[in-house]
Amino acid sequence: MSKYILKRLLMMIPVILGMSFFIFVILEKAPGDPARIILGDKAPAEAVEELREEMGLNDPFLVRYINYIGDALRGDFGTSYRTHLPVFEEIMARFPTTLTLALGSIVLTVIIGVPIGVLSAVKQYSILDNATMAGALILASMPGFWLGTMLLLLFASKLHWLPATGAESWKSFILPCVALMASNMAMLVRMTRSNMLEVIRAEYITMARAKGASEKVVIFRHALRNALMPIITIIGMNLSSLLGGTMIIESVFALPGLGTLAITAVRSKDIPLVMAEVIFIALLAGFINLFVDVLYAYIDPRLKSQYVSRKRARRAAR
Amino acid sequence: MSGKPLLSVKDLWVEYEADEAVVHAVNGISFELEEGQTIGLVGETGAGKTTTALSILRLLPANIGFIRRGSIEFEGKNLLELKEGELLSYRGKQISMIFQDPMTSLNPVIPVGDQVAEMFRLHNEEKLPKTEIDQRVDELFELVGIPKVRKSEFPHQFSGGMKQRAVIAIALACRPKLLIADEPTTALDVTIQAQVLDMMDGLKKKFGTAMIMITHDLGVVAETCDIVAVMYAGEIVEMGTVYDIFEGKVHHPYTEGLFGSIPSMDSHEKRLKPIEGLMPDPSSLPSGCKFSPRCPYCQDICKREEPSVRCMGSHSVRCRFVDMEGAV
Amino acid sequence: MKQETEYRKRSRIAFICKRFSRNRLAMLGLAMVLVLVLLSATADVFFDYHDDVVVQNVRNRLQAPGESPGHILGTDQYGRDILARVIYGARVSLSISVLVISVSTILGILLGGVAAYCGGVVDNLIMRINDIFYSIPFTLMSVCIVASLGGGIPNLVLACTIGVVPGFARIFRSAIMPIKSREFIEAARASGSTEIRIFMKHIIPNALGPIIVQATLNLASTILAISGLSYIGLGIESPTPEWGAMLSEAKNFMRDDPYLVIIPGIAIMIATIAFNLVGDGLRDALDPKLKN
Repeated sequence: MSKYILKRLLMMIPVILGMSFFIFVILEKAPGDPARIILGDKAPAEAVEELREEMGLNDPFLVRYINYIGDALRGDFGTSYRTHLPVFEEIMARFPTTLTLALGSIVLTVIIGVPIGVLSAVKQYSILDNATMAGALILASMPGFWLGTMLLLLFASKLHWLPATGAESWKSFILPCVALMASNMAMLVRMTRSNMLEVIRAEYITMARAKGASEKVVIFRHALRNALMPIITIIGMNLSSLLGGTMIIESVFALPGLGTLAITAVRSKDIPLVMAEVIFIALLAGFINLFVDVLYAYIDPRLKSQYVSRKRARRAAR
Repeated sequence: MSGKPLLSVKDLWVEYEADEAVVHAVNGISFELEEGQTIGLVGETGAGKTTTALSILRLLPANIGFIRRGSIEFEGKNLLELKEGELLSYRGKQISMIFQDPMTSLNPVIPVGDQVAEMFRLHNEEKLPKTEIDQRVDELFELVGIPKVRKSEFPHQFSGGMKQRAVIAIALACRPKLLIADEPTTALDVTIQAQVLDMMDGLKKKFGTAMIMITHDLGVVAETCDIVAVMYAGEIVEMGTVYDIFEGKVHHPYTEGLFGSIPSMDSHEKRLKPIEGLMPDPSSLPSGCKFSPRCPYCQDICKREEPSVRCMGSHSVRCRFVDMEGAV
Repeated sequence: MKQETEYRKRSRIAFICKRFSRNRLAMLGLAMVLVLVLLSATADVFFDYHDDVVVQNVRNRLQAPGESPGHILGTDQYGRDILARVIYGARVSLSISVLVISVSTILGILLGGVAAYCGGVVDNLIMRINDIFYSIPFTLMSVCIVASLGGGIPNLVLACTIGVVPGFARIFRSAIMPIKSREFIEAARASGSTEIRIFMKHIIPNALGPIIVQATLNLASTILAISGLSYIGLGIESPTPEWGAMLSEAKNFMRDDPYLVIIPGIAIMIATIAFNLVGDGLRDALDPKLKN
């Protein structure tokens, strides 16, 4: 198992390098001179040129990229062109907001989505099932920022129940979390339902019924675990994509998270900040996916024994 | 023998509704089974054997399979009139079932021992403590020939034969009065088949269990059954004792065809005689005798009118042209 | 022989069409798509792009739906007819997303197909590079692209395409993989077909089902993505009417005139629901087993 984890970690390296290179190339094309941005429009050309030299901006493109990666490997992601603060600090200051959003939204999605999906499958073709499927279709087709706007309109502007913007209290996170849920919820409900339907038709479920198990035992003891295992992967994927996908919702609710930070950074050509953010999110997503896969292997006895028996076989070979 | 049979199926009709088509899976079958007896249901795939079995336990797929008519009496009680809750004490406890494919009939995420123990937990009228249940599981494992150290293993760690042994252990755990075995050996290797059959036969005799053996293997039938019912397109076309079927002179044309299509060691025929054609589509069955499109003796009247059942003692044949005293 | 395969192909298509047409929701989706296409194609008949969509007419501003007979859905904060802008917005959204999906499908087939067909090192190389793009968060990458290369339709198309292709390549690869080892491919090779011919004539047509389904479903998500990017000001630039941009521009007026944000949102939903319904219907028609 540890060998597998190590292998997966090693496989993340080329991915991170590749994507950081790609982003570096794109940002290279962005208009504007970072030195000029830092010093302002009125600064004399000599000062700008001096700063360019000092920042290494006059070096060839590849040299700059390699220098950047070298620094990054030493833990130095540079300082923001705009605020002159280390970008790592900038990111860490914003990260809790985005993490709260993503986790809150995922937890809500799972708490609501899984039971609905299970119920919908158990009562297939009922009114509840049809309503669920219609609801899932509408949610999947609804832009999150529009849902957010509608929620704002209703709960903040009209009813004044919840704050419209900012991140002062937990109340500020309710609406954005709900707005972020839409598409993930639709997907989770559909997946839960179809997995459950597939499992319910399996012979071991008929067998469980033939044993004299009540419907409750059949669903909860025999069907649920089998149906929910693949869902863990979906939840992990959703979480990792949410971390990089809160940008639009954050700007709807004016939340100071990674998303709004990225928009400002890109607009002001704050290359170190953008790069660090892309790498940070990709690393995070990679770790989450790895964690989910390992978790899955521990939950599913079929996979678990695969690893164990491989280990045993290796020991026996020695 | 008590006057009443253990199981009595009367005029059972079952339909499946799927995508606008109605599949007539079982069309008015009747049979009786005494305590300790074994009946073999024989026929091609799609003849309605499994449907019959599932109907007895009322396990037809929900929203798709429907019992339209008839009664299934078990110890004098009509199972079709029971409420879902009352059924639970019959399933597993009084009547249990072995499914066709041991690969898919065990839950992949529950240890095998747990799945066996579940039977005792579900039907725990004596309020057995956990240690007692454990001991009984061990005994059962020994009975079906699985080392008890493998209790905590998962189904995927078992071979096919071992899995079917575990399934048999589950089916026999509560000493049911009736065991339904749906092609219990089809999915197994030939060498394992014989082992499993022998074991089932032994256990059946030991516990005095009655059995419905569903198979298309006539060899299995000859070895294990007291009564044989040959099914075709949802009907029983011929029924009788094993002697009637294997040694009797008069047969339904389908039964003749069935026997003609297995090789025999002592006949000198060069080729097998397969039955021409295919079983009719159960969503649009032919009128009259359902075997008429494939029957070598078919007359015009067969296509128009349903044949009546002709009986002679324990032997009955559903064909208008058989003369129970002579030949076709 | 040739005739027979022709016939079988035709009967399979007929069978799929029949299944599809029996699915009422899918037909509803198809009707919605047709209406959208028709409306955006004939928009010029009903409205004048310059007068109704672009020119600001402050005297007529913020007329609620039904308030003025000339503007069924009312006017926006600059006095432009909302119905006209929504319909021209459909033209923009549909044409961009169709363009994105067409390009992505071709690239996806090429990448996924070559990876699946060649296997080995080529497969590994293509899929690892694919993984790199797959792991870049879509919005973040789009923001980088649009911010660096500038706004406007071509860069939006580029950003969306880079976002869609990696997913397509993965799915198409796994759709093509099993076909590669089917007997008729061996038969075609044995009868002397060139590899390219086998790929184009036998492999692609047989994987077309899942490809079409994915393309249709992704049309819906691309419409959502375009409106999302326009919403944060990175997609279509004013005064070109785009649903997401309309919504974003109207944000400051939504408290008193909520219809300004409600209407474009409903337009987005109608378009995405239409393509989702067609996509789901196609999937069910192509593979009845997958239903539910």
